[in-house]
Amino acid sequence: MKVTEQDVAYVADLANLELTDEERAGMLRDLNSILDYVDLLNELDTSDVPPMAQVSDRYGVDDAKQGSERFAYASREDVLEGLRKSLPHGVALENAPDADGDFFRVPKVIER
Amino acid sequence: MDLTSLTIDAARSAVQKRETTALALAEAHYARIQKEDGQIGAFLTLSKERALEQADRMDRMAAEGKTLPPLGGVPVGIKDVMSTRGLRTTAGSKILEKYIPPYDCTAVARMEAAGAVVLGKMNCDEFAMGSSNENSAYHPVRNPRDLNRVPGGSSGGSAAAVAADMAVVTLGSDTGGSIRQPASFCGVVGMVPTYGRVSRYGLIAFASSLDHIGPLAKTVKDAAIVLRTIAGRDPMDSTSADVAVPDYVAELDKPIRGMKLGVAKEYFGEGLDDEVRQAVETAIEKLKELGCEIVPVSLPHTRYAIPTYYLIATAEASANLARFDGVRYSHRARGVKTLSEMYRRSRDEGFGAEVKRRIMLGTYALSAGYYDAYYLKAQKVRTLLTRDFDEAFRKVDAIVTPTSPTAAFRLGEKSNDPLAMYLADIYTVTADLAGIPGISVPCGETKKTLPIGLQILGKHFDESTILRVAHAYEQATA
Repeated sequence: MKVTEQDVAYVADLANLELTDEERAGMLRDLNSILDYVDLLNELDTSDVPPMAQVSDRYGVDDAKQGSERFAYASREDVLEGLRKSLPHGVALENAPDADGDFFRVPKVIER
Repeated sequence: MDLTSLTIDAARSAVQKRETTALALAEAHYARIQKEDGQIGAFLTLSKERALEQADRMDRMAAEGKTLPPLGGVPVGIKDVMSTRGLRTTAGSKILEKYIPPYDCTAVARMEAAGAVVLGKMNCDEFAMGSSNENSAYHPVRNPRDLNRVPGGSSGGSAAAVAADMAVVTLGSDTGGSIRQPASFCGVVGMVPTYGRVSRYGLIAFASSLDHIGPLAKTVKDAAIVLRTIAGRDPMDSTSADVAVPDYVAELDKPIRGMKLGVAKEYFGEGLDDEVRQAVETAIEKLKELGCEIVPVSLPHTRYAIPTYYLIATAEASANLARFDGVRYSHRARGVKTLSEMYRRSRDEGFGAEVKRRIMLGTYALSAGYYDAYYLKAQKVRTLLTRDFDEAFRKVDAIVTPTSPTAAFRLGEKSNDPLAMYLADIYTVTADLAGIPGISVPCGETKKTLPIGLQILGKHFDESTILRVAHAYEQATA
């Protein structure tokens, strides 16, 4: 599969990366070489093979149940008296590049 | 007593018996860091205040005649991808240069609850992406065994510190081999537990279905002690397994005579350096002498492991790294006028080349029109790779392989060819994909005296078996 300059621009857009022209050229080269290599996977017939998203499903999924009940192993009890303790507000803002004491502050969201 | 060449038990016991103090131990390690780390670069941040407070706590316990916890007074290092409350955590990246986590990684909390003295945060490849520690945004780490060579990666700092006696044990993370490969390059023990054995809460995520936390140590027993300390269900990580933690240390000396060890031909083919092959084959002979039965097995899909890994890991990374947007805790670009510009420029300024490359590859693999051909395909091959191990483990108790096709390469040797760097992970990525445990132990040296590692892979949640085999081998070749 061949990656084009347009593809690189499109993907950089999706990934929220502002690449310089030099970076774009390097990316074009690297992506193509890596994608050429991963084409190796097409040697395999996987039409009857289920995908494996993660290992932990092997150890907790209850196949006797339906829907989200199958994954009960991954959930925990709601703590009823108040919520489970979360970060205090002030602490959560401590690493903010810009905050006003209540909110994280960012440049305008809606462009006119 | 040389305070910087002790194992966990020796250090703890010395503090308990008041032959030395936790304070003296910490200071001796800091002195060594002061002397050696300028050349090696293993540490990114030192945590003297935190270390000395903990050391003091342990010394007071010992003075009162109380029994110290299992890591009481033991100086340790924590890879900088694990959050430490109040102590700068960078993930080896400039985007988190000033980040001070408000909470502790569970594994770190468990180490400290067991008395460990955290000396500082270990240098690593940026966001754990790399096999040589050359991708750290700060400075590379040099191999203590040969300063012109890499220590391996991404837990290069963690491995180098143990190898150079700048810490007794360290915690590292392993997503494609990042604990085992640097352990093998630096001549120390490194272990990746079963996926879910150790909580990932507080580990800055790279690839959530592949990330693992594990120990790097001077001996197999020390690795077992650390594993016993950090393993176990954590309600804060829903992928952490509700499986009982055996006493790995108590089981270590159980005899291995009669165990069946698999040797897979796919791990001994082209690309394997001759000296590494020789050392590993000699090690296998030794295991035979110790009474193990060597059984040929096949893991036929091994050659597809690297492409599978680099599609899954990068796809997951592209999602996990989306949170670094300049809003809440990371670097924010200056002079930006819109939100969109802020996101793009902050990320472009804050991320290094390898990280950007992997985000791009992962985003591409997940994008509309390509998802089926790349990500989904890779997930299917992951099933096939895991089945290979399931099949093999029907016949054998563990599988022995080289940890890496070569010994440590020179700094700069592979950094211009990303693909060549990726291929260095050939023997380690399979374990992460299948979620099985693995351990690397030193098994000799090249003619240039570079360390070589023997890898032992085990069944899910059977860390005991691989620890026993590794321990028996280590003791027989001490």
